[in-house]
Amino acid sequence: MSAASTTLPSVSLAARARWPWAAYGLLTPSAIFLLAFTYWPVLLVVLNSLTVTGFHGVAHWGLDNFGRLFADDHFGAAVRNNIVYAIGTIAPSLVLALGFALGLKDTTRFSSALRTAIALPMLIPLVAAASLFVFIFLPSAGLLDYYLGRFGLSETNWLGDPSLALGSIIAITIWKNTGYYMLFFLAGLAGIPQDLLDAAKIDGARPWQRFRHITLPLLGPTISFVLIVALLNVLTQVDHVIVMTQGGPSDSTSMLLFYIYQQAHQNYDVGLASAATVMSVGVLFALSVLSLRSLERGIHHEV
Amino acid sequence: MAAALLWVIPFAWMVVASLRPGDAGAADIASLLPAGPLGTGNFAEAWTSGHFPLWYGNTFVLCGGILAVQCVTVSLAGYAFARMRFPGRDWLFYAFLLQLMLVPPILIVPNLTTLVALHLYDTLAGVAAPYCASAFGVFLMRQTFRTIPAAYEEAALVDGASRLQIIWHVLLPLARPGLTAFAIVSVTSHWNEFLWPLMATSSPSTQVLTVGLASFTAGAEAGSEWGVIAAGTFFVAAPLLIAFVAFQRQFVSSFTFSGIK
Repeated sequence: MSAASTTLPSVSLAARARWPWAAYGLLTPSAIFLLAFTYWPVLLVVLNSLTVTGFHGVAHWGLDNFGRLFADDHFGAAVRNNIVYAIGTIAPSLVLALGFALGLKDTTRFSSALRTAIALPMLIPLVAAASLFVFIFLPSAGLLDYYLGRFGLSETNWLGDPSLALGSIIAITIWKNTGYYMLFFLAGLAGIPQDLLDAAKIDGARPWQRFRHITLPLLGPTISFVLIVALLNVLTQVDHVIVMTQGGPSDSTSMLLFYIYQQAHQNYDVGLASAATVMSVGVLFALSVLSLRSLERGIHHEV
Repeated sequence: MAAALLWVIPFAWMVVASLRPGDAGAADIASLLPAGPLGTGNFAEAWTSGHFPLWYGNTFVLCGGILAVQCVTVSLAGYAFARMRFPGRDWLFYAFLLQLMLVPPILIVPNLTTLVALHLYDTLAGVAAPYCASAFGVFLMRQTFRTIPAAYEEAALVDGASRLQIIWHVLLPLARPGLTAFAIVSVTSHWNEFLWPLMATSSPSTQVLTVGLASFTAGAEAGSEWGVIAAGTFFVAAPLLIAFVAFQRQFVSSFTFSGIK
């Protein structure tokens, strides 16, 4: 339902006449905070990214920050890693979440216990998950190597090897987020009329056919909603990178937001940090324009 | 099923390792099977070597403060969007929704500048400030208010009640399910937040649980005190895990009701 198609309740005309100003008054508290911490920072970051400070401290306008950004190999690595991370986390999380939801949708004591188990990681801070996984990935003494060692596999430096570190970060993210996505698929599945599936069964449709031609199309809005949430997570969550790898080894786990954090927090390079922020704001803005419809549908498909 | 069991292994290790006495020998610290006597030594050690009372206090104040302000801002705005007609309403609504995507973690760099200018850097109020308006909350309250019949308000209007009185005395009591759902999602996300509190504070006295845990873990890692780390992680994660297991239905319906923080 779009905002435009709202039907207003009938209230006396006299009361409605003085409402416009009252309405703006009610919006003011929210608007003040949104102005200060959402709209103004977007404007500020665009201005900062276009401000170049010369040798004598004289500032002028220019695209130098973006030039430096695109020339920076660390930025290139961060963007590439972020794309690999996006594909590597979103595809498996969504498939697993849907699989878990299909397997656990009928409520028995056993299935609801498993549902709880899979949902638990979404409730702990990413930093806490990172603390646990630092040990799990510990070479030789850690949980993973301890048990793999029993199968005769030698020790592996999961976080220290540039070719494995991003994969380890991806594994944590899948573990952490799959349960959250599963909840949406469970809600989506509950909304599919059972008689539709029964009718198809009577008509001789096999399980795969029923899934392919009934369940999947009806889950469409849920899938696109979860996809948007997952994309948002990919761009806004780097806590585990900060705690576990600091983007290393040799930039192999750096990501866009981590790069921004690094430039701002460690190198104090506001121009570069702002230019990188403009890039991610641009991506998110494009994503929100594209997805406003399905977001709105998705948020309250449950209501 | 096997995959589902794989999911609980990190938690199982957390519990077993935190209960294992420190002198049990490092070789078997990875074992998931508790062997020998169990003890709470690691918890005592973690509690005294970290500043957990302070971190808990800060986190409570932060989550509570954010929620209190949010309840006011989202109820008022949600009511305006649900019940009132005014020029530019649809555009304003979309402008509000933009915050669903342009979340504060993305805007850490410019928001830090603002905090410093407002003299809010390194204060809990500064950490809370970007979250005081919530697009998600406005959306949720708008949906909730719409499910309440207008007849209640009309009756109150006829009796001469002001709009704020109507919202406070008539609508909010009826909107409790929506507010509860919002509170659960809000507290969960701010309890778990790390990057922004890390950036917006510098002194130990303003650290929240997540920031404290990160520095605590870094210290204990150097000494390979894995049992102590497991105990510290347990302190940070336990309140929400326990709340989730106790009020599971309420949590699940809140999250699916919502989806966006």
